Amino acid sequence: MPKLTVDGIEVDVEDGATVLQACEEAGAEIPRFCYHERLSIAGNCRMCLVDMERAPKPIASCAMPAGEGMVISTKSERVKKAREGVMEFLLVNHPLDCPICDQGGECDLQDQAMGYGHDASRYAENKRAVSEKYMGPLIKTVMTRCIHCTRCVRFSTEVAGVTDLGAIGRGENVEITTYLEKTIASELSANVIDLCPVGALTSRPYAFVARPWELIKVESIDVMDAMGANIRIDARGNQVMRVLPRLNEDINEEWISDKARYAIDGLRRQRLDKPYLRGKDGRLHPASWDDAFTAIAARLKKTKADKMAAIAGDQIDGEAMFALKSLFDKLGSPHMDCRQDGAKLSAKTRASYLFNTTIAGIDEADTILIIGSNPRIEAPVMNARIRRNYLHGRTPIAHLGTAADLTYPVEHLGDDISVLEQLAAGKHTFAKLMKKAKKPMVIIGMGALRRADGQAVMALMHQLAETTNMVNKDWNGFNVLHHAAARVAGLDMGFVPGKGGKDVAGILDGAAKGAIDFVWLLGADELDTSRLEQAFVVYQGHHGDKGAQCADVVLPGAAWAEKDGLYVNFEGRPQMARRAAFPPGDAREDWAIIRAFSERINKTLSFDNLAELREEMVAGVPVFANLDEVVPAKWGKFGKSGKLKGEPVEAGLATFYMTCAISRASETMAECYSATKADKSVMAAE
Amino acid sequence: MSIQTIIAEDQPDSFAFTRESEKEIKKAISKYPEGRQASAVKSLLYIAQKQNDNWIPVKAIEEIAKRLDMAEMRVLEVASFYSMFNLKPVGKYYLQACGTTPCMLRGSDDVMRCIKDKLDISSGETSACGKFSLLEVECLGACVNAPILQVNDDFYEDLDYQSTKALLEALEADAPPPVGSVAGRQGSEAEGGATTLKTAKRSKKKG
Repeated sequence: MPKLTVDGIEVDVEDGATVLQACEEAGAEIPRFCYHERLSIAGNCRMCLVDMERAPKPIASCAMPAGEGMVISTKSERVKKAREGVMEFLLVNHPLDCPICDQGGECDLQDQAMGYGHDASRYAENKRAVSEKYMGPLIKTVMTRCIHCTRCVRFSTEVAGVTDLGAIGRGENVEITTYLEKTIASELSANVIDLCPVGALTSRPYAFVARPWELIKVESIDVMDAMGANIRIDARGNQVMRVLPRLNEDINEEWISDKARYAIDGLRRQRLDKPYLRGKDGRLHPASWDDAFTAIAARLKKTKADKMAAIAGDQIDGEAMFALKSLFDKLGSPHMDCRQDGAKLSAKTRASYLFNTTIAGIDEADTILIIGSNPRIEAPVMNARIRRNYLHGRTPIAHLGTAADLTYPVEHLGDDISVLEQLAAGKHTFAKLMKKAKKPMVIIGMGALRRADGQAVMALMHQLAETTNMVNKDWNGFNVLHHAAARVAGLDMGFVPGKGGKDVAGILDGAAKGAIDFVWLLGADELDTSRLEQAFVVYQGHHGDKGAQCADVVLPGAAWAEKDGLYVNFEGRPQMARRAAFPPGDAREDWAIIRAFSERINKTLSFDNLAELREEMVAGVPVFANLDEVVPAKWGKFGKSGKLKGEPVEAGLATFYMTCAISRASETMAECYSATKADKSVMAAE
Repeated sequence: MSIQTIIAEDQPDSFAFTRESEKEIKKAISKYPEGRQASAVKSLLYIAQKQNDNWIPVKAIEEIAKRLDMAEMRVLEVASFYSMFNLKPVGKYYLQACGTTPCMLRGSDDVMRCIKDKLDISSGETSACGKFSLLEVECLGACVNAPILQVNDDFYEDLDYQSTKALLEALEADAPPPVGSVAGRQGSEAEGGATTLKTAKRSKKKG
């Protein structure tokens, strides 16, 4: 623990800390461009110069390890002059185009030039001009503005695990580019936009759209995957303009996936903004709320309780699911399910469907087994943690499922499900490795659980957890990786078949065979809707996607950014998403729609507002009360041993960009999809 | 300088190291400890350049990346950093004229002017006949025999306008003169022969 003096203040810092960190500890602000807490140290911008006693010249504080007894000055005349000098050099080639630069108003260079630079320029020569680089549909480049901090290069290499970005040339001619100007093939690529301290890398879809000071900022939660990344939604008027990450060390640190950031333009397209009724001509016609409710009520009256079913989608907030569940409980129907993909997860043991290790816990794991999942696609930010774990400790990682590049080397165990039996029996070499490990963890994706033999897979996983001592007093290495944001909340509140109830497969079967007459789809689109043709379908949701197309009545709901809602991420961490805009047209918040409808059929639900609903929901599911916290789940028995079917193990998701109603409606996501496809076809041609 | 301007437009479809190159590669890689093969990247780039008429095609960069288990971008970074590596085809005779202070004081401008007069090329260009390329470089480290013109791997020293002209004519006829000082100096001894230590005899080594 070195002790040093910064501007006369004594500070103790941890071993291995830098002088810059020590200065911050002492409350001194150090300007910087290249230094970033989560990236390796480059020390090439020289903005962080400080004075050290007995040093002949100022030192780069970011690259200097703090030493015992150092005396640092950050306020001396020399430091001030050094900063001015560095800033002057940086501005030699930086264009004065702030008025047309998208970074304006949130630019590190702008701010620090104000704070630490000269008041005027002495430079009369021509500035360097650099050609633009193509980096894909998300990143707009104005490379003349680049100050060569190499944050983007370090991020893509170290965190995202792709080596496409680099700096070519040298000296004044250095240019940041991707290898032969290919698209950055990463699901985290757009984070370089946040990292860029100047306007060299800016957001292409957001180009020239808004200025930061015009936006209303709302702290919310991302629902594009089940990780629950903390985001900030920036809105202007009633339009969501952009999504930025918010710092949360336990979840996403400060990264978000490209889908979380850019699927939002889908919120403007294909929206359901009024109720629709299917007419005699077989087409959907706009209707009033009253007509829509009347039609549903009339149909419900004719339907027996055990012929009604409800399916909740993947991005539905807890409140809406709770309202629908309460309604169906009142109607007396046991047929409800929130597991659209048919994952064989039981709601009985909470530990059996959670990511028990927690995301932060990944850092401690010393052996990792991934089954039936491609975490790079299903939870890209979490995948970056696994990668970091690998980089720190060369952790052995094995992967069972469709082979894929996960950005770190894995021992691929093939995609044969029978390997699972060997693993569970402890015969497999990797199982032996796990047995020896202190903190082994297994990550099971939906690819292994939505199979017909999912129960047997669960039983084997339980066995594996027991034999490798994966669960003990201070470690739980059993993890289920969801990719549906609503899933855990649904399971927590028991949005699953009641006694004698049918699951999703049963409901679809029943609908095709006439055992189910009435199906309420709450934002459920990832279904084989062709099997619902015979039944009367109510679709409540926000996009005219698959579910709405097969519906007899469409009730326009609010998308996640347009309502306050509770989401529980795959760790079991309840978090609140906040409203950033209002739903379009006649669309209403989902819980309110269900509450209003319940009154129409004289089954009035017992809550009149969101607060009362939440009170009731929390009374039913106490864990929801611990917002932003993970309550460790108790280990128990789960799974039912049985025979494994021979099909190969797939990943939970096959593609990244278009996976939900919002991202399917997004033009940006469609562009990304075709860009990656084009890149792949180029590679195939080579 | 975008990527299109630093690499050649016409790229060969494939690249393979020759047998001699393979031998050199083996030697170059063996210099570094296991797991540090990437250190040999410059040697491999040079070997590739030597076998491929003094320039490195993209396919060679990719081949080197594969061999050294490096990212292609990292190899390209190295290749684009050093002026020694050409990413575009150059003439059969690749001229590197030193223009740093000692050479400049001793008349490197004349050398450059001669090349311009004779071949009509400036730094970074290739002559119309395709035989010569010129690059003005920084110190070649032979200041004592300034000015220097490097032709491929060889130094020609003590040049002036006339001797440069003669050198270029000889190269045009594919009859390169002997390397070293065109003024006939031995190594870096003084012009006009030794001025000191005249009496000292060379010691004869025994055995």
